[in-house]
Amino acid sequence: MTVKKQPAPDRDASHSAADAVVRFINVQKTYDAERLVVRNLNLDIRRGEFLTMLGPSGSGKTTTLMMLAGFEPATHGEILLNGRQINRVPPDKRGIGMVFQNYALFPHMTVAENLAFPLQVRSVGKAEVERRVLDALAMVELSGFGTRRPAQLSGGQQQRVAVARALIFEPEVVLMDEPLGALDKQLREQMQYEIKRLHERLGVTIVYVTHDQSEALTMSDRIAVFNDGVIQQLSTPADLYEQPTSLFVAEFIGENNRLGGKLEHVDSAGKCTVRLDGGQIVSAIAVGNPKPGQAVQLSLRPERVLLNPNRSDTSLSIVEASVDDLIYLGDHIRIRLLVDGQEPFVIKALNDDNGMSARKGDKVAVGWRAENCRALHQSQSDVGHG
Amino acid sequence: MGEVSHSAPEGRDLLKRQLGLALRRQKLRALLLVVPLLLFVTATFIYPIGGLLTRSAYAPEFSEGMPRTAAALSEWDRTGLPPESAWEALVLDLQDHNRQGTAGKIAATLNVELPGARSLIIKTARLAPRLTPPYRTSLAAAEDGWKNPVAWAAMKTLANSFTDRFYLAAVDHRIDADGSVVAQPSGRQIYVPLFVRTFAIGGLVTLCCLLLGFPVAYWLSVLPMRYSNLLMIMVLLPFWTSLLVRTTAWIVLLQDRGVINSLLVWTGLIHDEGRLRLIFNSTGTVIAMTHILLPFMILPLYSVMKTVPPTYMRAARSLGANQFTAFVRIYLPQTKAGVAAGCLLVFILSLGYYITPALVGGESGTLISNMIAYHIQKSLNWGLAAALSALLLASVLLLYWAYNRLAQVDGLKLG
Repeated sequence: MTVKKQPAPDRDASHSAADAVVRFINVQKTYDAERLVVRNLNLDIRRGEFLTMLGPSGSGKTTTLMMLAGFEPATHGEILLNGRQINRVPPDKRGIGMVFQNYALFPHMTVAENLAFPLQVRSVGKAEVERRVLDALAMVELSGFGTRRPAQLSGGQQQRVAVARALIFEPEVVLMDEPLGALDKQLREQMQYEIKRLHERLGVTIVYVTHDQSEALTMSDRIAVFNDGVIQQLSTPADLYEQPTSLFVAEFIGENNRLGGKLEHVDSAGKCTVRLDGGQIVSAIAVGNPKPGQAVQLSLRPERVLLNPNRSDTSLSIVEASVDDLIYLGDHIRIRLLVDGQEPFVIKALNDDNGMSARKGDKVAVGWRAENCRALHQSQSDVGHG
Repeated sequence: MGEVSHSAPEGRDLLKRQLGLALRRQKLRALLLVVPLLLFVTATFIYPIGGLLTRSAYAPEFSEGMPRTAAALSEWDRTGLPPESAWEALVLDLQDHNRQGTAGKIAATLNVELPGARSLIIKTARLAPRLTPPYRTSLAAAEDGWKNPVAWAAMKTLANSFTDRFYLAAVDHRIDADGSVVAQPSGRQIYVPLFVRTFAIGGLVTLCCLLLGFPVAYWLSVLPMRYSNLLMIMVLLPFWTSLLVRTTAWIVLLQDRGVINSLLVWTGLIHDEGRLRLIFNSTGTVIAMTHILLPFMILPLYSVMKTVPPTYMRAARSLGANQFTAFVRIYLPQTKAGVAAGCLLVFILSLGYYITPALVGGESGTLISNMIAYHIQKSLNWGLAAALSALLLASVLLLYWAYNRLAQVDGLKLG
């Protein structure tokens, strides 16, 4: 099969393709010749960055990782590592480290033997192997654990060995496939910190797969949100949360309130007015060039919505609402509202000295600034999610 | 917590009693569930096998049948001919047997120890009533056989109820006329070479099963469920076919004018005169036994391989090992438990194999179990059969013990 070469669309002018250590160019993958698990993937992974692939299960993120590792062949397109096509290079010749979901530490070998394995298959000298194994153990703070079997370690320790093993042969790129999935919450947060610390210290490129959005937000330089075999959005954590470009991303990352309406008018700066389904006119920022008259969904973060705002502030859009339910959560209170008669709308009120006087059934008003409200139009891939 | 510590120690005793009472019901129920099988196994397995094995060291037939002779010979030191008291005891014992018509039994017993002694006993028993003291003269005159000390030595050997002579015979040794243990002449050594052959063929069959079974078990473990089920049925199919049918099928395939030879001649690979001897020798035994024992290798291998996740191989590949290195250093060691269990199972089963070697083994392919069967059914030397069985059992237990000792290091213990 001849692969037609096409330059990848350059998303970010400040980083040229030369910076990319890994490039996916028009990559497709299907297992059954009927459904594409990965559809036309174009992605540049920059040298030294921590890139997370985030998405629901079945979104194609793990398949993408497996194609990069060499365990699944791409059915179309090119994968480049340092500018060299690696589609047909077997996994052991790619020099990419990998941390697996369940660590995959070899149970019949000690910790030290596990760490020595990648060096031995590369015919590194015995003394050198010994030295680097000790260094690696020290790096993950497991000095003295070399003679133990993996089964004698706790989950967190096994995880650290797995990370050390993937790093010990000094690969340029390390892949991590939901490496913290099996750990409890506290340990997970500690390991997130440790992996992040190692990344900063060693400057290695890490491609991380997870379905846990808070993990992605805390660790990553950039996040690629996958859905239905397509990258929905690729940006920094802050941009992803604050400026989602699609309804799927807005719904998938963090909490989101949506209000349906019709676009009335857009100005040149992107500010727009929207007529809600209930008839009220509000202002928002138009995303992705919607045309007047199109149906849009307004996306609002709960913490950016003001309860009973100052009605004289003309920069606010104010809508009437009624309190549907209150959920007490200690430091804050979640208030479920009916806004514009539409589906549940949640805001968070701090449980501070100012107190929360609202009660079930109260008539209240909610308001927001136009820049905190994004008018997104519903695309096909969003249907069925959220 | 607080309440418990207050109620000590008399409260603790009460708790202990209550716990004991509660547990006793459970134990009783467990016992009731096990008892039927335990009784069945004891009655049909442990008791008869124990009984047979005692025969390998305990043979009271002679000392019970010829009590006077046995007692008189116990004082004889095997030099020359025994004293008059022994001659008298022999004649009196044989007179009893002549009256009761049971001389044949004693004759058969002695014949095992001293081939040809049967007619000597029968004839002497017939003469006994007419003999007069001193018996040493009259009996020696009547039957030449008693002038030979070997006959007396054989009886002295038999006189002891507790004996090691079956075990000595089982390792090709015997007690000669002056009471010392000597090896059989090399031409008459039967059992040691047969043991060696049994172990050699068992080892060869185990190796063949491992080489043939490993790839199949691996394939089974990686195939998707619906294909692996079909393949598993094919593996198990021999189990559901009669052993005799399978063995007979091998005879049809492998005999001189059988399918394989005819095919080879037809394709010109061998000449008509040069047909291969594939059956009624050890080759036939190995082929047929490998086929029959293959499932016992595949099943333990499969069950272990199924538990080895494919991520280990992937991890090894991602760490830079090529397919071969990853297989040898990562996959193979993790199947060790299955390999060991399968080999142990096949080897132990093959040591005791009987029907197949009896049917296809011919002269060079029979095993120790066929010799045991011969002594049980034909020669009626149950003592020797029991000794051979005991040695076989001991070697299996030894093997199992050695396996567990080795396995302990790797945590592969079977039990």
